[in-house]
Amino acid sequence: MYDFEYHKPSSVADAVKILAADPDARAISGGMTLLPALKLRLNKPTSVVDLSGIADLRGVKREGGKLVVGALTRHYEVATSAEVKASIPALAAMAASIGDTQVRNRGTMGGSVANNDPSADYPAALLALGATIQTDRRTISADDFFQGMFATALEAGELVTAIHIPVPEKAGYAKMKNPASRYSMAGVFVAKGPAGVRVAVNGAGNNGVFREAAMEAALSANWSADAVAGIKVDPSGMNGDIHGSAEYRAHLVTVMAKRAVVDAG
Amino acid sequence: MPQVSLTVNGTKHTVEVEARTLLVELLREKLRLTGTHVGCDTSQCGACVVHMGGDSIKSCTILAVQCEGADVTTIEGLAAADGTLHPMQEAFREYHALQCGFCTPGMVMSAIDLVNKHPDGMSEKEIREGLEGNLCRCTGYHNIVKAIAAASDVMQGRTAELTPAAAE
Amino acid sequence: MNAVQPFEGIGASVRRKEDFRFLQGRGMYTDDINRPGQTHAFILRSPHAHATIQGIDTAAAKAMPGVLAVFTSADMTAIGGIPCGWQIHNKDGTPMAEPKHPVLAEGKVRHVGDPVAVVVAETRAQARDAAEAIVVDYAPLQGVSSTEAAIAPGAPAVHDGVAGNLCYDWHIGDKATTDAAFAKAAKVVKFSTTNNRLVPNAMEPRAAIGEFDAMSGDYTLYTTSQNPHVIRLLMGAFVLSIPESKLRVVAPDVGGGFGSKIYHYAEEAIVTWASAKVKRPIKWTADRTESFMSDAHGRDHVSTAELALDTDGKILGLKVHTLANMGAYLSTFAPCVPTYLYATLLSGVYATPVIYAEVKAVFTNTVPVDAYRGAGRPEATYLLERLMDVAAREIGMDRVEFRKKNFIPTAAFPYQTPVALQYDSGDYFSTLAGALETSGWATFEERRSEAKARGKLRGIGISTYVEACGIAPSAVVGSLGARAGLYEVGTIRVHPTGSVTVLTGTHSHGQGHETTLAQLVADKLGVPMANIDIVHGDTAKVPFGMGTYGSRSLAVGGSAMDKAMDKIIAKGKRIAAHLMEASVDDVEFERGTFRVAGTDKTKSLTDISLAAYVPHNYPIDEIEPGLDETAFYDPKNFTYPGGCHICEVEIDPDTGKVSVMGFTAVDDVGRVINPMIVEGQVQGGVAQGIGQALLEAAIYDADGQLISGSMMDYTMPRADDLAPVSVATHTTLCTHNPLGVKGCGEVGAIGSPPAVMNAVVDALRDFGVNHVEMPATPAKIWNIINGHRMAAE
Repeated sequence: MYDFEYHKPSSVADAVKILAADPDARAISGGMTLLPALKLRLNKPTSVVDLSGIADLRGVKREGGKLVVGALTRHYEVATSAEVKASIPALAAMAASIGDTQVRNRGTMGGSVANNDPSADYPAALLALGATIQTDRRTISADDFFQGMFATALEAGELVTAIHIPVPEKAGYAKMKNPASRYSMAGVFVAKGPAGVRVAVNGAGNNGVFREAAMEAALSANWSADAVAGIKVDPSGMNGDIHGSAEYRAHLVTVMAKRAVVDAG
Repeated sequence: MPQVSLTVNGTKHTVEVEARTLLVELLREKLRLTGTHVGCDTSQCGACVVHMGGDSIKSCTILAVQCEGADVTTIEGLAAADGTLHPMQEAFREYHALQCGFCTPGMVMSAIDLVNKHPDGMSEKEIREGLEGNLCRCTGYHNIVKAIAAASDVMQGRTAELTPAAAE
Repeated sequence: MNAVQPFEGIGASVRRKEDFRFLQGRGMYTDDINRPGQTHAFILRSPHAHATIQGIDTAAAKAMPGVLAVFTSADMTAIGGIPCGWQIHNKDGTPMAEPKHPVLAEGKVRHVGDPVAVVVAETRAQARDAAEAIVVDYAPLQGVSSTEAAIAPGAPAVHDGVAGNLCYDWHIGDKATTDAAFAKAAKVVKFSTTNNRLVPNAMEPRAAIGEFDAMSGDYTLYTTSQNPHVIRLLMGAFVLSIPESKLRVVAPDVGGGFGSKIYHYAEEAIVTWASAKVKRPIKWTADRTESFMSDAHGRDHVSTAELALDTDGKILGLKVHTLANMGAYLSTFAPCVPTYLYATLLSGVYATPVIYAEVKAVFTNTVPVDAYRGAGRPEATYLLERLMDVAAREIGMDRVEFRKKNFIPTAAFPYQTPVALQYDSGDYFSTLAGALETSGWATFEERRSEAKARGKLRGIGISTYVEACGIAPSAVVGSLGARAGLYEVGTIRVHPTGSVTVLTGTHSHGQGHETTLAQLVADKLGVPMANIDIVHGDTAKVPFGMGTYGSRSLAVGGSAMDKAMDKIIAKGKRIAAHLMEASVDDVEFERGTFRVAGTDKTKSLTDISLAAYVPHNYPIDEIEPGLDETAFYDPKNFTYPGGCHICEVEIDPDTGKVSVMGFTAVDDVGRVINPMIVEGQVQGGVAQGIGQALLEAAIYDADGQLISGSMMDYTMPRADDLAPVSVATHTTLCTHNPLGVKGCGEVGAIGSPPAVMNAVVDALRDFGVNHVEMPATPAKIWNIINGHRMAAE
């Protein structure tokens, strides 16, 4: 990788200050996406701002009808959190399925959300659960936050600090992993909660995470796997590569939606 | 040049590194702890797995400067001072869970974390899934899975001694 | 010696000696070695599959921090190209096309990853930084990646002067008698398939350190090699013109090879040559991304086979036509893989009276293709064993019965095939029976029904195979085009107090030689394992040996050791006869003890070794001091392991994912020295075979860009992709080597792919599927199922 300046601020304000002053600075939390990109020299940041020294950005708590997850909370912590398991078991199970053990030991929810990799797991959960992303300066609904492949509503230098997730009545997740990379090649998160019935899809779309309106309508009318079984997803919006055509991914979205509904119970 | 202080296998080191230096480069090149290997450049293979604060991590996917103040254990730090192997090392030998030995350090370090995170033991399926982050090209994993199951029984007190591999 | 010593000889599952260092991070792989004053090299590689180089500007790179030198082919005019170790002759007797394989590209690049320039710098990062400052003026040319496209009229020429990109057009067998057999056939079954291209991906990336000693003029190369003497010969004699006496090649601990570390690679020559230029040691270590585009790949055949049958289902003859991809240049053993290691195996385990095979080898704009675990025999086995299933189905005969009907009878050994080989021993009926029993073949339909009830498609597949390994008789391979002998060397050095050092020309990169070879000594000389050390991998220590590939270490290397031990025993008997005042003819030896026959007069091996090195009371006029013997062993024939593999799979029709539910291997690998290690070798080979069948594919686009160029896109088998593998052996002894051993390193990778694919096709039998190409990925299987459903609607 190319060399860079390393900063380890101890407050959000200090981190934001460094990031705001330098458009080529990159924030790092777990580094599970950034570091592989840097190693392949796909990225040439002038400085890397390590957020791990900032207190109070880590941990899960229940606040009324919501879970509040600190941005630096690691996937392993989400997967094993008694609070998450009690409130949104599908979210804990999803966290336990992200990457491998070593990714889960380092990777953070805030990092995953801010990066919005199209095959990342969390964005689909947050979209389906109607979560709100809190940053150093504002709150943004998941619907507004995720704006296509690797694109978010974050302004330059804006940091995710926490994620607020309404506790749903029921939720489920299923995904087909890419056989080689093991990232999601079609993952569907379904939820029935305060924001209604929502279905979000990762991995498959050609412009990142998206909501599947036809499935939401069908499940609103009849919460069952059969309700989505007949829904054909349009392949024109799907990604195609050596691991599967757009038609295959479109088909997988339906299959995973059925399984997610079964998972939700 | 940035400086990093960390504890590796119980010994404290302070080392000057470029900011871009990875932990695995610090271990292999600065501390000459060459038991931790590099088998890929996409964070897939797991040959570089070490423990930091008790958790398994890929030392190729963390900057050395991110390890300030960290407590790192590598494969060289597993056996007791008198040479007694860790139960996981002993099980790998007993069950022939290594051939070329290159993936072995990372595999052993991952396996120990896996066992530690499953205090009630694991099914064969859980062990296989738990090894998602480690590639082995030699063994077909068959004996690795058996070794981890046997070691977990010792580490968690279900058996007093390592169950010998079946005599052939 | 020590009566309470646990049995450590032949047949004991002795735990491995090498594991202590590997398990504690104390192995010493090439990249773990650091030489005083060491510098680092980075190789700049072509991003183009095919391009002319109109100029290279290295000025900016040379001025970068830490840079000691930048070299291109213009700096290497005095050195030769990388040689090929095997020359195939065309049907008309002319030699194959053998274009130059330059160490660094000369005017043209021919595959993505072709080395163009090298930067030597103080650190690896600096070398890589500087490489980005090299400006190469490429004029891209149309590239070609597939064999069929490369021999099509008008295809881009990979090498000037190689017409039609044809390396050779070779054949074996008798065309006339085969045609005659087909003319009489009641039924001809035709089958075409592709054997997918694979990336070996040993977990240790290749690495090399070159070091030049200006005082002595000696060069040392540390390298990730399976055969250091072969590298010394090829690089010293053909590339760098360094006499053997001035060139030491060390292959220390090597982290897997599977064939990919047999060959002499450009980077070895570069660091060795350049170390004399910069007068400091130079280390190069591949990134995995570099491995994908610079390690020799494996397989990549397109074949058509025709099987002639009589009305009873007896095989009358076989015709095969194969296109084999050589890649852009000829790797060390590439030409022999699709010829003498492939077409000679087309008789398989069957008494096929006549066979005719044609093979065209083709240059393409891809990484060179060479031997990968099994090398030719997996290609032959896959073609044949899929063909047997297709044929059985076409004639409506049970696939097991069809195989048994055509098996070579156990009483027919030695058996001469129509494609050159003579199998010395085997018993295909017993390995078949064992595998059928263990796998629960007879009760499969119950499991299929149970799976169907769960919405899953279950299939079972079988493969019965033979392979040829333990390579190889030097005169035979010489007559077939090998530019080397394939004997092996072993030195048994009994030290004064009775411990033993073994020097072997074979090389261990995972096989456990330090244990298995020591067991041979423990068994024959009665020395405890703890007192036996195996030395390999260093041309400064070991006599000229040929290394490890083709499952040859035990059959050839072990036999050399056995021969050397015979010399030790013969000399020991003479010394013992002197010490015990007996006739040498009366001295017997068994496991460490010399005894005067019929008496209780004995001398231990240690008594004898002490006498040999402290020859006070010693027949010094008749017997030289010392107890140190070397033997070279040239095998009389190949060895022929064989057996039966059965695989059971389940397909999820919703996703197309194939899961392996069980795998049974019953193999005849000859005498088993260490059952634990044999099982491990078979399990590992089967994992690679399952990988080929279900997961792995090196995919190039039509122009030669490598699409699956990292582990993010090339599916490496992981623990949860695989299932437990049941391994058993059924032994018939090899009749022509002293140990009776055949070899076990490759059988798993040879026998398994057709077993898996036959199971996949069986699982899809209700869909009218006759064939599925490897790898059977979820997307591919779903396409088949979906296509069938759409057709039905």
